[in-house]
Amino acid sequence: MPAGMISLRGLSSAPVGDRSARARLAIALLVAMLVVVAAVSTATGASDASVLGVIKGWFHTSEEALSARDRLIVYEIRLPRVALGILVGAALAVSGALMQGLFRNPLADPGIVGVSAGAGLGAITVIVLGSTVLGPVVAVFGIYALPLAAFAGGLVTTLTLYRIATRQGQTSIATMLLAGIALGALSGALSGILVYIADDRQLRDLTFWGLGSLGGATWTKIWAAGPIILAALAAVPFLARGLNALALGEASARHLGIPAQRMKNTAILAVAAATGAAVAVSGGIGFVGIVVPHLLRLVIGPDHRYLLPASALLGASLLLLADAVSRTIVAPAELPIGIVTAVFGAPFFLWVLLRRRGILDL
Amino acid sequence: MIEARNVTVSFGRTRILSSVGFTAEPGRVTAIVGPNGSGKSTLVKALSGDLPYGGSITLNGRELAQMKPVEAAALRAVLPQAVALSFPYTVREVVRLGLMGGRSGALAGQDEHLPERALAKVDLSGFAGRFYQELSGGEQQRVQLARVLCQVWAPVLEGRPRYLILDEPISSLDIKHQLLVMKIAREFAARGGGVVAVLHDLNLTAAFADHVLVMRRGTSAAAGAPDAVMQDALLSEVFDCPLKVGAVPAGATPFVLPQAVLA
Repeated sequence: MPAGMISLRGLSSAPVGDRSARARLAIALLVAMLVVVAAVSTATGASDASVLGVIKGWFHTSEEALSARDRLIVYEIRLPRVALGILVGAALAVSGALMQGLFRNPLADPGIVGVSAGAGLGAITVIVLGSTVLGPVVAVFGIYALPLAAFAGGLVTTLTLYRIATRQGQTSIATMLLAGIALGALSGALSGILVYIADDRQLRDLTFWGLGSLGGATWTKIWAAGPIILAALAAVPFLARGLNALALGEASARHLGIPAQRMKNTAILAVAAATGAAVAVSGGIGFVGIVVPHLLRLVIGPDHRYLLPASALLGASLLLLADAVSRTIVAPAELPIGIVTAVFGAPFFLWVLLRRRGILDL
Repeated sequence: MIEARNVTVSFGRTRILSSVGFTAEPGRVTAIVGPNGSGKSTLVKALSGDLPYGGSITLNGRELAQMKPVEAAALRAVLPQAVALSFPYTVREVVRLGLMGGRSGALAGQDEHLPERALAKVDLSGFAGRFYQELSGGEQQRVQLARVLCQVWAPVLEGRPRYLILDEPISSLDIKHQLLVMKIAREFAARGGGVVAVLHDLNLTAAFADHVLVMRRGTSAAAGAPDAVMQDALLSEVFDCPLKVGAVPAGATPFVLPQAVLA
């Protein structure tokens, strides 16, 4: 425990080994951090559009033509991008935390075990075939076709993975990672076939989408993905206690009164929905789901009642920060955000792997 | 009372338990003994609601298969053989999991001091802030016992007896703590709860159990009070090993001496 935290009131009265007071404090700080990061993200960008000017415009009927341009930039470019970053960051981090709780394994992550690839296959199918073979289907679902297809792809992958890697409530780490590689490769191969038959315009869409980006965020994208992500996040409070019990094993969770099967099904649905919707609108943004919960466990412990909301908050903040890096590091051009998260996330994953070696065999 | 009648469990075509009958009454420590592979753990899993079974298992008169997890959790706690955790939970966080669920909680209200009291009971005072993963096997086993005790802290709640189901609770413990755990089981029974424990140590069984079920090849070989069940011929035959039962002091608590050691 950092020395400075001990003196805080409320913490000193907590029983030894009880980190809930510390976790609540951390969540309060994470809320503040997200507010600041979101405000700064909205206020900065390639253009010199002034947020203050826009806010002033709310109170005074705007007299200048310039403020109309600023309003457009803030409302139609920056705010959707910040909102999308918050949604996607929260979705990816919570998916990771849920999956780790479900598999009782800190290395589980939708990106690493092929769930994102499965969701990607769903999305690519709609992008490539949506205007031809699947035209009628896509027409029915409208803007929801892409996120729903990604959700379906993620769901099939998660269910398959769970069937393969978990026997009698015990998850084999090695089987999970290897099966994840195989499933990811299969989705990748099928996606490759679709890319092969894609036309030039689709190809351009796919390449940019595949690298992962919050660029091109629109309110339409947010209306498409937002409800699905929010529905998945709404399940979180009902899963936290069950995942805590599940840490003891499936039988012990049941002995504590948890309907384990129902809880697991809900968690799988939530992971597939959140990952699918995030992948559909932002492509392959990796490692958020593994880095965020891991960092948080070091500080507040693994209690899912705190870990899950804290993951949503920190995931949102970190993704906005990564987006800021991606927008500024090669300005005026833009680096896809998936590259930024991978550059930081992949070494982090290796570090987690090395730290665990010796404690638990893989 | 936990009552099993004609209980049968099969995995595929292999029958693991056939027609086991068994009762564990409140106020008693009931031990299940038998050689490896005789079906002790399978019986405990069936009693805990982990396996589909044929026949009937009732918990205070209600069929176990009809009960929701939360209803069963209010009446009995189960100590598994070993629990490995893959996340860095503190000892207190693990023990506190026993308080989960309003009605399954120890008392009507959730008593936040119970984890400390349960840890003191299993001789782990001062361990609350330690990480579970860093403890020895025997210490982990006692942390899990403390968690289980939190779940059914009051042996009788609202007039209904509650139960501890312990699967090899002393298998990783040193002798001092073996005796401590057996005393905790006795005390729980003395206060009106029921205890079912799978045990390998026949001498501790003789010293602490009120009732013994001897298992052999998936069914009951004998059941009764320790001095009725612990007979040279029966034990030697069941365990397939020459055993001699004596008593200390003469006529009181029986003890079992393996004969191969002397040969």
